[in-house]
Amino acid sequence: MTLLSVRNLTVTLMTGSGPADAVRNLSFDIERGQILGIAGESGSGKTMTALSVMGLLPYKGKASGSINFDGQELVGFKPRDFRRIRGKDVAMIFQDPMTSLHPMLTIETQLTEHLRHHRKVSKSEARARALELLDTVKIPDPKTALKAHPSQFSGGMRQRIAIAMALACQPKLLIADEPTTALDVTVQAGILKLLDELRKSQNLSVIVITHDLGVLSALTDRIMIMYAGAEVESGLTSQVLTRPRHPYTRGLIDALPDSGADGKRLIAIDGMPPELGKFPSGCAFHPRCSFARSECKTGVPNKVDIDGSRRIFCSVDPFDTSDSPAEAGR
Amino acid sequence: MASRFGNSNSIWRQPLAVVGIVIISFWVFAAIFAPLISPYDPLAQDSDKFLTPGSLHWMGTDELNRDIFSRVIYGARISLPYSILLVVLSALLGSIIGGISGYFGGRIDAIIMRLTDMFFAFPAIVLAMAVAAALGPEIRNAVIAITIVSWPVYARLVRGLILNAKQNDYVTASSLLGSSSLRTLVVDLRPNLAGPVFVLASLEVGNALLLLSGLSFLGLGAQPPAAEWGSMVSMGAVNFDRWWVGLFPGLAILSAVLAFNFIGDALRDALDPRTAKALRD
Amino acid sequence: MKPVPAKVSVFRKILRGTGFFPFIVKRVLTSILLIFGMTFIAFSITQLVPGDPVAANLGQSAYSDPEIVAAFEKEFGLDQPVPVQYLRYIQKLSQGNLGISLSSKRPVNEDLKEYFPATLEIALIAVVIAMFLGLVLGTLSAVTRDRLPDQIIRVVSLTGVSMPTFWTALVFFYVFFFLLGWSPGTGRLDPGAEPPPQVTGMFTIDALINGDFATFRQAFSYLLLPAIVLAIYALGVLTRFTRASVLEILGNDYVRTARAKGLPEFTVIRRHVLRPALLAIITVAGVSFASLMAGSVLVENVFSWPGLGQYAYRAAVGLDLPGIMGVSMVVATVYITMNLIVDILYRVIDPQLRKAEQ
Repeated sequence: MTLLSVRNLTVTLMTGSGPADAVRNLSFDIERGQILGIAGESGSGKTMTALSVMGLLPYKGKASGSINFDGQELVGFKPRDFRRIRGKDVAMIFQDPMTSLHPMLTIETQLTEHLRHHRKVSKSEARARALELLDTVKIPDPKTALKAHPSQFSGGMRQRIAIAMALACQPKLLIADEPTTALDVTVQAGILKLLDELRKSQNLSVIVITHDLGVLSALTDRIMIMYAGAEVESGLTSQVLTRPRHPYTRGLIDALPDSGADGKRLIAIDGMPPELGKFPSGCAFHPRCSFARSECKTGVPNKVDIDGSRRIFCSVDPFDTSDSPAEAGR
Repeated sequence: MASRFGNSNSIWRQPLAVVGIVIISFWVFAAIFAPLISPYDPLAQDSDKFLTPGSLHWMGTDELNRDIFSRVIYGARISLPYSILLVVLSALLGSIIGGISGYFGGRIDAIIMRLTDMFFAFPAIVLAMAVAAALGPEIRNAVIAITIVSWPVYARLVRGLILNAKQNDYVTASSLLGSSSLRTLVVDLRPNLAGPVFVLASLEVGNALLLLSGLSFLGLGAQPPAAEWGSMVSMGAVNFDRWWVGLFPGLAILSAVLAFNFIGDALRDALDPRTAKALRD
Repeated sequence: MKPVPAKVSVFRKILRGTGFFPFIVKRVLTSILLIFGMTFIAFSITQLVPGDPVAANLGQSAYSDPEIVAAFEKEFGLDQPVPVQYLRYIQKLSQGNLGISLSSKRPVNEDLKEYFPATLEIALIAVVIAMFLGLVLGTLSAVTRDRLPDQIIRVVSLTGVSMPTFWTALVFFYVFFFLLGWSPGTGRLDPGAEPPPQVTGMFTIDALINGDFATFRQAFSYLLLPAIVLAIYALGVLTRFTRASVLEILGNDYVRTARAKGLPEFTVIRRHVLRPALLAIITVAGVSFASLMAGSVLVENVFSWPGLGQYAYRAAVGLDLPGIMGVSMVVATVYITMNLIVDILYRVIDPQLRKAEQ
């Protein structure tokens, strides 16, 4: 059952030199209980996509297109409407656990304040739920933890607390923006395992935003690769990672010394990802692509559907392995 | 110049800054061309006493039968240059002291910092009044007095900036290459210091003008019969029922300080966030 | 190596320790050092700067009489060499004696007891107004960023810090006393009225203590206008600073988290933003107290308010070192106390700091 359906999402931000599109015409779906990974270099628009689902775009940012979440159309939502679903139906955890928890409030307050706001439960009920949550994310000695402050916990524990906080109202969708990037490798595995368990036990849908292929392969069912605000490739994780089809994805994965992709970071391809507002025309990747042809510099890249759940956006499709000509799926 | 400002909140984008520049330009113009644009001689006591503002005397006349409008125009000749002089002197003195403190560090730094703390704890106005009174009430001495109490804020800024810069690699590199300490200080650090100090100074000009006219109001600065805004307001206080005597000079002060503050604010916002923060603290 | 005597080792342990008590002790010590440093500065400056306190305090005819001059000098110890003067001053200071004022001819302690409470009265009200309104307006300004309320508040607060205090005092006096008659005029009480029996020296409080509501109302009506004028500059500073602080805090990650939880904006501000903002503001509030001193000199001049500001003026003009030092002592003590209170409040508001010290 489709929980989130995004169609032609465009996010326009206000920069010092005028408006610029951070996300361009993006479309994707998420089913219930599914984990989608959104991957790409910095500046690819991954975070803005997430923020537009939450209605947390930066000052003067606007989203257009369609975001259908659980039957509701989020584009056009007023802040008041977003506040109804945030924390309750859709929740988000952020990259840096050191700064995303409030340094002066107790863990109990931070775990229960939105619960009490959205569901009007009593203080003792909320506390019971908080203890339950801390247990689920495996924080030792939950009773003492409730009275403590974030500064008394390590990075990994704080991220667990953040996850507990996000799950307090049993949301249907959890968005995790670089959940493990700021953590030690040894701690990462624990967080990923936790997210996987939650998906199974609560039928939770998760969007994991990351540039770490290791995280993608360990956790996600499907991946969407983004570049310069647009999708370049998407499909089942196993397929995309083992048989990448888009030149960009190929470049990323082939650039790894070991294509088994176990916990290694992405290594950049030649050149730098373009800055916001300065995206190249046509296919934004063409300056860095070894297969670029003249038609790549103008016009929108071709959408190529490959067996149902997989597709890329490339007018050249140099790695096409099918017998039929490269115009399959036009 | 544009490259020194990190983001594109260019000063021209801020309407208030433009208003400020316009106002200051007006006063500079007034100061320079005072003899040409004032209808009367500021010292002439020809008219009647305490005339209300009217067509002959736009701002009325004062207790010695002088035209107030002309005196307000001429007032710019005292207030503007002396305030700027004050700021330049304090900035110079403070920067040197702060520079020494930050550069040499250790004992010298500790001593100078304690000294600065003491100056901060001291009620500046009391010291300023005392010095001004001791030297003899005169606008020049008021400037000296206020400089003596104003330098600490520049010293702190410069010291902070130098301490930050010392941790930068390019300074270590420079001394590794064999530059003498003085050369390092002057050549390498100066470009980075000039900007924030300049912005702080521009924020302080308004305060300088307020302090200067304040001392004059108390009789410790500009002396009669000089047409200075602060001392004109004090005459307005003595004759408070003739509202025009004190109102207009005060409005002149207000307009000039406001303009300086508009400009200073815009300059500070146009800087990169790091130095802007350093200035705010 | 000689064994260290027990007293010294205890002392050292306190100095190196953490926790509340050592903190206070260290603070008191640095404060005393600060005060001594200040006496030295003030003394040096008054000596280095040309100017004769004798001439400043004796009338013209008295000054031309060498006998009177000599008697004056003797009485105030001005005939002694400079270092001796300083030492005698310090000696008396450590006994709590601030000397005799050259301008008022009375013990400085007495002068201070008379004038300080008057200034304290208006300063306290000014601080309360400035802090409370500053917090509210600054937060409102930040939260409605770039919209109409923000624009208005920004211009108003900027105007507040640009107004010459002496002129504002004059304008307010003219409008509210002369034109509207709402304010009773200069001074602290009606002419001929009896001040309440002295407890604190602040007429309002003393009247209340005495149960004399009529005098309380009268004293309050007199102090309202000077207090408001005094508050204006500090209010401007605090509003601007609050705005900047709150804007910065609003950009913090934990505020984004709070919003991501769907909390109403008012709750986000109240619970997540105000506390860190308060922390920043009380620092500035402490410092802006010093600006009130400068302001009071001018305000008291216009309103003929017999407070520390007026006293400071007379002492400065008279090159009256004991008087000047007396005023400076008071202000420095207030400044240091303010800083102490700020530090304590810090620890109260930010539990992290408390825990870090344990």
